[in-house]
Amino acid sequence: MAIGTSDPLPISFMHVSRSFGGNLRPVRAVDDVSLDVANGEFLAIVGASGSGKTTLLRLVNRLIEADSGTITVQGEDVRGVDPISLRRRIGYVFQNGGLFPHMSVAANIGITPRLEGAAERDITAQVNELMALVRLNPAEHGNRLPQELSGGQRQRVGVARALAARPRIVLMDEPFGALDPLTRDALGDDYRALHRRLGLTTVMITHDMTEAILLADRIAVMRDGRLVAVGTPSEVSATSDAYVSELLGTPRRQAERLSLLFAGTGVT
Amino acid sequence: MSAFSDPRWSEALSHLPDYLGSHGRVSLAALALGLLLSLPLSILTRHRPWLRGGLLGFASIVQTVPGLALLALFYPLLLVLASLSLRWFGFGFSAFGFLPAMLALALYSMLPVLRNTLTGLANVDGDLLQAAQAVGMTPRQSLFSVELPLAMPVIMAGIRTAAVWVIGTATLSTPIGQTSLGNYIFAGLQTQNWVFVLFGCAAAAALTIIVDQLLALIETGLRRRSRLRIAFGGVGVALLVAATLWPTLATRQSASYTVGAKTFAEQYVLSALITDRLRERGLSATTREGLGSNLVFNALASGDIDLYVDYSGTLWANQFHHTNIPPRQQMLEQLKVELAQQHITLAGELGFENAYALVMPRRRAEALGIHSIADLAAHSGTMSIAGDYEFFSRPEWAAIRNSYGLQFRAERQMQPDFMYAAVASGEVDVIAGYTSDGLIAKYDLVALDDPRHAIPPYDAVLLLSPKREHDTALRDAIAPLIGKIDIAAMREANLRAAGSASPTDVARWLSERISGEKPKQ
Repeated sequence: MAIGTSDPLPISFMHVSRSFGGNLRPVRAVDDVSLDVANGEFLAIVGASGSGKTTLLRLVNRLIEADSGTITVQGEDVRGVDPISLRRRIGYVFQNGGLFPHMSVAANIGITPRLEGAAERDITAQVNELMALVRLNPAEHGNRLPQELSGGQRQRVGVARALAARPRIVLMDEPFGALDPLTRDALGDDYRALHRRLGLTTVMITHDMTEAILLADRIAVMRDGRLVAVGTPSEVSATSDAYVSELLGTPRRQAERLSLLFAGTGVT
Repeated sequence: MSAFSDPRWSEALSHLPDYLGSHGRVSLAALALGLLLSLPLSILTRHRPWLRGGLLGFASIVQTVPGLALLALFYPLLLVLASLSLRWFGFGFSAFGFLPAMLALALYSMLPVLRNTLTGLANVDGDLLQAAQAVGMTPRQSLFSVELPLAMPVIMAGIRTAAVWVIGTATLSTPIGQTSLGNYIFAGLQTQNWVFVLFGCAAAAALTIIVDQLLALIETGLRRRSRLRIAFGGVGVALLVAATLWPTLATRQSASYTVGAKTFAEQYVLSALITDRLRERGLSATTREGLGSNLVFNALASGDIDLYVDYSGTLWANQFHHTNIPPRQQMLEQLKVELAQQHITLAGELGFENAYALVMPRRRAEALGIHSIADLAAHSGTMSIAGDYEFFSRPEWAAIRNSYGLQFRAERQMQPDFMYAAVASGEVDVIAGYTSDGLIAKYDLVALDDPRHAIPPYDAVLLLSPKREHDTALRDAIAPLIGKIDIAAMREANLRAAGSASPTDVARWLSERISGEKPKQ
């Protein structure tokens, strides 16, 4: 892991809170969270539905604004940065792709460079390069509409689109959650390789504990808006917190039951 | 003889380029203006619930106003605006025909476009709006490259509804002076020319269906993201617009004289007669038919039409609001003076009178011993009366009612040409008919005497607009008509027009009769 020395931190949360639901019965989606993400790090955020994972992620590129606390991206307080240019230099991958259904695959991937006013020839070259990077065939898939692709292919397009503006930071909101296990596995491995090759800093939300443990350098556990544990998979597994060990113990228990089952039926 | 060998079909067909072209032009302009207003308004108000509600409420109210009334309301409104503009900015504009029709139809087209644009934009998937933000779009970029394209099929459905409404309602723009396919329907109804009515309905329906289907093709093309369908639909619409507008644009010679006509058969015949006469003298002329009584006078005063035939009693009571009834010559002299103050020329009397008269079946009148309106008064409480659309709101009716103490059981408004048959069959007891109408003789009806002279004289007079005040060519052309049309000639002409002959044919017959040639039967 290439954690930077003098470079500013890619992402830093300091006592950040955000509530929803008006003044009468506010719900604290994010409650006093402080967290640093290091250069080149792959951080997974885990937690049950409604624990505030997505809100935390969207605070980074100001899709949601914080009520209090400070968020910095590459050393700059996001409140002082134009949200449009901030978003253009941070890749974002949606759970179901978030692809524009009226645009071709190539147009979807090239959207951010086009918004930036890049020359069409450069955009085409870059789109081809990105499609190769996510193992799609530019000639075969480039002119299709998103709905003509499989779920896995759509998610690859989503990743390519997030990388099109050559960001240093990529935010992913359950990017592989809706895929079948085989596709999910292959895509996870492919992305992890890209993350390393391009020197990205990635924050990924996931429901899948196994995925978090296998892909991430560190895991952050959220519960009811609060950050309850952060650390490497082994550090987090060793926690005394009952909820965290329950959550992190799930993949291990499943693995043990599976091996028992397979042993019982003679499968090895 | 097949139904299609009727010469009226070919006459109807000969009007098609003009009527269809004008219909297409006003519909297209109205739709374009409607879109130009509705699309930005719905985009601006989509995040402002109060404004949005107000706008939709306004458009809904407009929609509940009957099309004919909406069109009619725009004429006086524009007349006021035009005179204000003339006073303040030194230029006026024509409040007649194209402009009021286009504005009213544009208002009419707004509701479906507003509603569908707002719905279409509101129903864009929220995840995609997030995605548009996340890839770094500004609100404007998100609107134009994501929200509007995704809402387009729904917006297109609204445009389609608006187009159908506008093309259908445009047939009602004839009475405010805009030529349209409605000219067939209005003229046909007035002269009992069912061929015209059918032809007009069929032409309007065909135009509507074709436009609807082409826009439907574009709509499904947008929905299924099929460029082929969009292209076919687009080319089809372009071809249709070109085909509708080309004949009139290509051969558009602006006629120098416009002859107005009110809404009944006699007026259609007389305007055709005058137009023919002008053309014989080498002056180019066209007619504007089916105009309401007040509208036609205002149109003349403001120069939108050049001449038309009105009746002295109508001008006396309706335009100048006199309540006394002077003798005939005195009324004409005073009218000349009062019209001249507005620079309108009373060029002369045609020679016949078309007065209102209370009319009932001869046999019934004799059985009840009714000879005059005074005799009728005793029976009126048990009787019903029918009149044309304007009769009961005219001052003459109030005068008749008051001087004889009439109290009818019921008052009914009717299409003038149906009244005579209605009274002959006993559907109503009395009608307010016209003395020049040939149907009085045909149905063996009798016009009751007016011993107290409550009904003013109604000499047919030719009026010229202020801008034709010193036009000697025009005066010379119409001079041979002055004093030449007697009541017998006009009655027979009206009877012919109520039959199967078209106003143009009747005008030709009348022209031969008054020029002393022996008319062919």
